[in-house]
Amino acid sequence: MENEFTLALLGGICIGLGAILLLFSAGKIAGVSGICSGLLRLKDSERKWRIVFITGLMTSAVVWAIVWPGRFDADQSYWLRSLIGGSLVGYGTRLANGCTSGHGVCGVARFSKRSITATCVFLGTAILVVTGVRFLGGA
Amino acid sequence: MELKRIQYIYIYFSAFLFGSGLAISGMTSPNKILHFLAIGDINWDPSLLFVLIAAVVIYAVGFAIMKRRKETLFGTPFSPPAHHAITPRLLIGSVIFGLGWGITGLCPAPALMRLATLELNSLVFVAAMFLGFRLAKEE
Repeated sequence: MENEFTLALLGGICIGLGAILLLFSAGKIAGVSGICSGLLRLKDSERKWRIVFITGLMTSAVVWAIVWPGRFDADQSYWLRSLIGGSLVGYGTRLANGCTSGHGVCGVARFSKRSITATCVFLGTAILVVTGVRFLGGA
Repeated sequence: MELKRIQYIYIYFSAFLFGSGLAISGMTSPNKILHFLAIGDINWDPSLLFVLIAAVVIYAVGFAIMKRRKETLFGTPFSPPAHHAITPRLLIGSVIFGLGWGITGLCPAPALMRLATLELNSLVFVAAMFLGFRLAKEE
């Protein structure tokens, strides 16, 4: 468990540095829901960097899934849960204009009241859902 | 504003680093996320809190520097995200996102990365997420 805290800090540092690198090199904010959803509606000039970012993210995913499969352990839940959960995450992050990365990391770090509020609300809701499900004796 | 070729290379590596942070910290495991969200549970895993704290602290320093510079390392302009009010749309969206996150243990970036596992649940989640993006009207 102690090891997990070190890895959490190390991972958090990489996330922060990755987001800073994007900011300093291209002036873009590392908000993954916005980067993805932008692919659906934006014109060519605004799409290119998003495609490059997602390619980089996916390359790292493939590398780490091979190097350390334990970090990608199987999601055993019924597929319907993924369908409902995925829809809610997509729809909700678009209404809120951000997710864990855009609001939770980048927004909170620049002390945006909007992002701090969003983060408290989505984190609080998720905690309530999980504790509620456990309390009711579910998964 | 068209980005330079070198900037795309940096974007790629920033995403690679960002994704590595998510994998190293264990954000790519929905089982781990659900243990983190289960506050009060006997098996509560608080380590992910340190991911967020480390990333936020690092990014806060970087953002403060960038705000003064007003341009990227390659001379392209940088404008910080415009401040918006806290709207009902933000709050409702965050609740909906929190529901989806709590049900599945997945937020957008880790969900994308889990496509590397080729498991059905990941494919369903990401497809549903993009459907959700599409269904939400832009502001």
